Amino acid sequence: MTPPESATLIDETTAELTTVDKKALIKEVLEVYPDKAKKKREKHLNVYEEGKSDCGVKSNIKSVPGSMTTRGCAYAGSKGVVWGPIKDMIHISHGPVGCGYYSWSGRRNYYIGTTGIDTFGTMQFTSDFQERDIVFGGDKKLAKLITELEELFPLNRGVSIQSECPIGLIGDDIEAVAKKSAKEIGKTVVPVRCEGFRGVSQSLGHHIANDAVRDWVFPQYDKAKKAGEVPSGTPYDVAIIGDYNIGGDAWSSRILLEEIGLRVVAQWSGDGTLHEMINTPSVKLNLVHCYRSMNYISRHMEEAYGIPWLEYNFFGPTKIAESLREIAAKFDETIQANAEKVIAKYEAQTQAVIDKYRPRLEGKTVALMVGGLRPRHVVPAFYDLGMKLIGTGYEFGHNDDYKRTTHYVENGTLIYDDVSAYEFEQFVKELKPDLIASGIKEKYVFQKMALPFRQMHSWDYSGPYHGYDGFAIFARDMDLALNSPTWSLIGTPWKKAER
Amino acid sequence: MTDNIRQIAFYGKGGIGKSTTSQNTIAGLAELGERIMIVGCDPKADSTRLMLHSKAQTTILHLAAERGAVEDLELEEVLLTGYKDVKCVESGGPEPGVGCAGRGIITAINFLEENGAYEDLDFVSYDVLGDVVCGGFAMPIREGKAQEIYIVTSGEMMAMYAANNIARGILKYAHSGGVRLGGLICNSRKVDRELELIETLAKRLNTQMIHFVPRDNIVQHAELRRMTVIEYAPDSAQAEEYRTLARKIKENTKLTIPTPITMDELEELLVEFGILAGEEDYQKAIQEGVKAPVGVA
Repeated sequence: MTPPESATLIDETTAELTTVDKKALIKEVLEVYPDKAKKKREKHLNVYEEGKSDCGVKSNIKSVPGSMTTRGCAYAGSKGVVWGPIKDMIHISHGPVGCGYYSWSGRRNYYIGTTGIDTFGTMQFTSDFQERDIVFGGDKKLAKLITELEELFPLNRGVSIQSECPIGLIGDDIEAVAKKSAKEIGKTVVPVRCEGFRGVSQSLGHHIANDAVRDWVFPQYDKAKKAGEVPSGTPYDVAIIGDYNIGGDAWSSRILLEEIGLRVVAQWSGDGTLHEMINTPSVKLNLVHCYRSMNYISRHMEEAYGIPWLEYNFFGPTKIAESLREIAAKFDETIQANAEKVIAKYEAQTQAVIDKYRPRLEGKTVALMVGGLRPRHVVPAFYDLGMKLIGTGYEFGHNDDYKRTTHYVENGTLIYDDVSAYEFEQFVKELKPDLIASGIKEKYVFQKMALPFRQMHSWDYSGPYHGYDGFAIFARDMDLALNSPTWSLIGTPWKKAER
Repeated sequence: MTDNIRQIAFYGKGGIGKSTTSQNTIAGLAELGERIMIVGCDPKADSTRLMLHSKAQTTILHLAAERGAVEDLELEEVLLTGYKDVKCVESGGPEPGVGCAGRGIITAINFLEENGAYEDLDFVSYDVLGDVVCGGFAMPIREGKAQEIYIVTSGEMMAMYAANNIARGILKYAHSGGVRLGGLICNSRKVDRELELIETLAKRLNTQMIHFVPRDNIVQHAELRRMTVIEYAPDSAQAEEYRTLARKIKENTKLTIPTPITMDELEELLVEFGILAGEEDYQKAIQEGVKAPVGVA
């Protein structure tokens, strides 16, 4: 990696590359690969053409070895994403210590509660497998662990068992332990078969985690329903599905839904509880934020309980207003009128944000690369600030994500699926975006190239970015990154003098 | 440290008599004054029973599980001394259906190496579970471990199938780890034309039938008394057979890279020896609904 000679030397007004030029760029970037790798990777890179039904890339396919993918594993998808934020359960990283240790508190899922007493979000529990557990099996240890946890943390509402790779290899019967332990402690115990070697990315882990909810959590709702113990609820009961409350995102979303008169009875899974999950099949509508990680359970609830679901987007005022109206349209006129009132209420606040930041960000270009939702969802927020998208791609998106992306991107946008470290760097060097919005693995590479960068997984320890309040923070953060005086100090004046 | 030690391993179909044959052979080698260690690589831990006159009570893995880790063990606790000062150690392992026995063997052998078990020896003999079901059971034939493999077989079809499969495993590691096939040991089941059949099979596998061990009830008698034949009935003809086998192994220089044959070739061989009927007869038999001829296997 060679950093640019001087940040100030980067052309401020890079002529926009045409579609053809971008296709040539893809070809050029692929050129360094061995034939086999080239053949595989070329299917994942393309340029979006107006009118096409998808982005013209293959996705959800095994990464090419050596490409330095940013992907995670099934365990990351289940423990880290879906289950981890359920705050009143204890999530056991079942297996050797490393997986749990290195995924400890990695996602900034905010929650309310007293950690270690009634909530456990930032704590890490592991069965810490040793050689003997591999050889003789870890079932007994797991059962003992659950007994001890119950003694130490009696206010836990349940336990989930997040399988690491060895569990699948040695064939431990975690389902049997779950059933036995559940009886013993009188609480929910959920076994999750999310061994890291399964699937091509964390995406399968989301699916497996969703299935575990279906098989080990919902039966409790069914039982309660049969016994007539489910409260009747209101016609305005909804659940937020797939908001992990990164930096408080779910909270800044929830207030808007409540302001339009809906009753949010469950949050999945950011700041969520087991009982919210159990009661979700009683809602009237599921509001899906992260489609990629929670579409499975949403579809299941539609089939099994007749609950419709709706994907919404609370990034940036344009999409927030659009989503609020769309959500309100599913309810009566009161809600619809409320939605208009709420949109109007926040107009002045939002306009002030735009007035302040848009002039500082207008025309700046951004290249995105995030997980399974944000590569499309945050785009309108950038548009609201007058910025332009020149490239985007998913770490672990599927074909349906790329189809949905077409509604967000303009003709000629570069699309890269499961982009490799090398490809991303080359694209950035050639396309010269003003801002790169991606993850921690990319951050320092680009910052060392003197390029403004924002983390789009963790919001760079800021946030929330959802909702009207979040938009103000989002705008401020993008301005901080792009217009920081730091960048003018990075150049090498002696090189300039030589020229 | 292991340069001058000959490391051998006995493989073969489950129930073929590996443990019996290997312990009797080791007893023969011990009589010749060789210093030997037996490493039992079977979770059942019965590879040293005839040498110790009892089932080993302390296996590496069970003791390690009790204590916490193999690091908490002393070599002396698991390395026992049996008949003619033969050193005996068992890896042990989980009960059937739990955990990972393969990993257990890897752990146990690493423990032995790290703790200097491989010193002052002429021979190390590994006795491995019948089916090489995963990488762990192949541990004894990987680099730096057993260099000579002896396959215990009989003229029974499935035993020969197994022998051929084991030859494949040896071939796999022959180029990376330098393991060689030392020969087939025919542990007779009194099958028709058994001697010729195994000799032919050996030739096809590019090896030798190193010895034909006749069937004798005395083996059973010795076994019931938890002894080798050599110890129980030193003057018997059967004891002499094992001594001969021991001598042949000691003097064996014919170590080869095996040439495993295909299943079709193996079946042809069996047809040739009249053990299997030909394809035509087979089809005819199916059509006529004839029951399997009695007494063939």
